[in-house]
Amino acid sequence: MIAIIDYDTGNLRSVCNALERIGAKYCVTDDVAVIRSADKVLLPGVGEASSAMSKLKERGLCNVIKELTQPVLGICIGMQLMCMHSEEGDVDCLGIFPTGVRRFIADREHGVKVPHMGWNRINNLKSPLFKDIDEGAFVYFVHSFAPDVCDEAISLSCNGRQFASALAKGNFYGTQFHPEKSGDVGEQILKNFIEL
Amino acid sequence: MVAKRIIPCLDVKDGRTVKGVNFLQLQDVGDAVELGKLYAEQGADELVYLDISATVEGRNTFTSLVECIALNINIPFTVGGGISTIDDAARLLDVGADKISINSAAVRNPSLIDEIASKYGSQFVVLAVDAKSIDGKYFITTHGGRQMTERELFEWVREGQERGAGEILLTSMDHDGTRCGYPCELFAELSEQLSIPIIASGGAGSVSDIVDVLSKGRADAALAASIFHYGEITVGELKKELMKHGINVRI
Repeated sequence: MIAIIDYDTGNLRSVCNALERIGAKYCVTDDVAVIRSADKVLLPGVGEASSAMSKLKERGLCNVIKELTQPVLGICIGMQLMCMHSEEGDVDCLGIFPTGVRRFIADREHGVKVPHMGWNRINNLKSPLFKDIDEGAFVYFVHSFAPDVCDEAISLSCNGRQFASALAKGNFYGTQFHPEKSGDVGEQILKNFIEL
Repeated sequence: MVAKRIIPCLDVKDGRTVKGVNFLQLQDVGDAVELGKLYAEQGADELVYLDISATVEGRNTFTSLVECIALNINIPFTVGGGISTIDDAARLLDVGADKISINSAAVRNPSLIDEIASKYGSQFVVLAVDAKSIDGKYFITTHGGRQMTERELFEWVREGQERGAGEILLTSMDHDGTRCGYPCELFAELSEQLSIPIIASGGAGSVSDIVDVLSKGRADAALAASIFHYGEITVGELKKELMKHGINVRI
């Protein structure tokens, strides 16, 4: 069973639909006992980082997440919350991945737009999360902030500057892109996560 | 760098897709979910579904259709048509739409853009704009091009961006359905003035039209309907052609 953490940050529908398509069993919950006993945990997230962080705190989920020992996957804001700090709302986050989250700078001359929206490549892939995924595969991004490159980066992408498009440390994983919206590549990444 | 996107557009009436030439003549071209799936498999980067039903029953059918699309399609999709309140937007978000596009309702009530963007994020709001030129100046039209307004195009899209729109979907009504190309200079000028992505719509008749609007016109994405619906070229073939012309696309 995969527990999708519900902390009231927007729509979880697309994550659920993607898990339906690949035939995975899941539940949407904020129940600590259910989260702790799940085989896998997904931390999704849309919206703004500091308010998302407040919602995790309100539900008393910060330490619960940090202490999980099964594979955990943060998606988009979910992954950003697992970093040290985010510039968005200047907020301290869970501190699982030792890197900070910074805003992109738009650069019209070089075609760099903010938000970074659309399909971009993931490179320097190094994790079982990317089993059977080609180097340079395209995935779907929608975000204005991104984690800095660090040793825990398991994929790199570029939008004006290079950033960590996926991170891993121990049992914790995160993707800045949306595997649930990234076509067949995204579905393969979700399957890989389930098989970890 | 982020790839240029190819977005097939499906006009939906009572659960089925239709496409109009200059929005007047409608021809049925197929099942909305199956056609969307086919496009996704062929390499479409996103899909746009526009509800052109004018009745309450039609709107309800569309909502169930969106739910079915969300379950079956693994790429992002935008829905539009008849969204005039934040409740309309919320209803479509709840059934799984990734983005909504608003058009006439935003012209009538510009604060609708702020309202939806602040509640659900800019990434959820596509501002669709139908423009028509009069004496070399572009003005906004509403109701599928049938009604002229006094709003000037550039002022309106800048305002839309400031109010929180995440993308602009621009159709030149002088070109839509004519299949003789996009007004590239207009798109390039728009790209100069805005920082959010621009989707070019209306007028694609050939591969070179799309090459032009993505290169000379500097658009971030091209939306097209007829060339795909009638099977003249598949999305996959088009993207291979674009790649040959040095355009960064996802293949």
